[in-house]
Amino acid sequence: MNPSPLQTAILFHIGIVPISRTVVTTWGLMAVLSVASWIVTRSFRVDAGGWQAMVETVVAGIEEQIAALLNRDAAPFLPLLGTLFIFLVVANLCGIVPGVTAPTASIETPAALAAIVFLSVHFYGVRIQGVGAYLKGYLRPNPVMLPFNILSELTRTFSLAMRLFGNIMSEEMAVAIIVAMAGLLVPIPFMAFGILVGLVQAYIFSVLATVFIGGGIGAIKK
Amino acid sequence: MTVQMLSIIGAVVAVAVGSISPALAEGRAVAATMEGIARQPEAADSLSRTLFVGLAMIETMAIYCLLVALILLFANPFAR
Repeated sequence: MNPSPLQTAILFHIGIVPISRTVVTTWGLMAVLSVASWIVTRSFRVDAGGWQAMVETVVAGIEEQIAALLNRDAAPFLPLLGTLFIFLVVANLCGIVPGVTAPTASIETPAALAAIVFLSVHFYGVRIQGVGAYLKGYLRPNPVMLPFNILSELTRTFSLAMRLFGNIMSEEMAVAIIVAMAGLLVPIPFMAFGILVGLVQAYIFSVLATVFIGGGIGAIKK
Repeated sequence: MTVQMLSIIGAVVAVAVGSISPALAEGRAVAATMEGIARQPEAADSLSRTLFVGLAMIETMAIYCLLVALILLFANPFAR
């Protein structure tokens, strides 16, 4: 196990760029998800088979949730938020597989995902509201609140990353400590609890990303 | 007492004290949502969505405490 949860093990270097275990796991997950989506979506028909029905249920469910949160058409946000949710579910749960560490258990992956959410808030805000109306949103409810609005943009991005990292990392660490202390079958309930934590954290991250984007486009009052 | 010992005590105190009030607050939030769902079962969807966002916001305090503890334990600027 890693001595410090704030550092990650470096596996090898490409040129001067160090490639950590987290990055390799993320690449693997991306490859698996891309190939799986390509295989499943390759043969879509009108009369849905088993796989197609499952994919349609997942996508329609995510779309319904986003539309209910934003009170508007979910189509522009579905690619980003749906991918985020599916990636987070797989990334949080892949720690169950022996020999694989969840990439969200080291600080880089949640920080990168939170940075994507931070940038997409401004992107969607400017695209849907226009630059002027979007920037005017920072002066609400009155111009005195401008520094606090900017501060809250930064702190909520930070806490978004820290929430995911803290939950997944502490779960893995708790299981590791229990494995070190107790025997073979004792950690299993904690690992089962870890599955629940991983799913709930993936849901919370996606819902918060949706809420932040909703605040950026003016669909949700801050 | 060395800096290391003080850091460990600080990390323990940060997590132990800092998680009391978020725990109480999360309990109250969940209890209120349960009551709301019991009174109005048809609003369960929107209530639980709001609950999750609220819980995440409350949890932020506890997460900051965890972060302070982690920095004290693993990235302490005074311990080297």
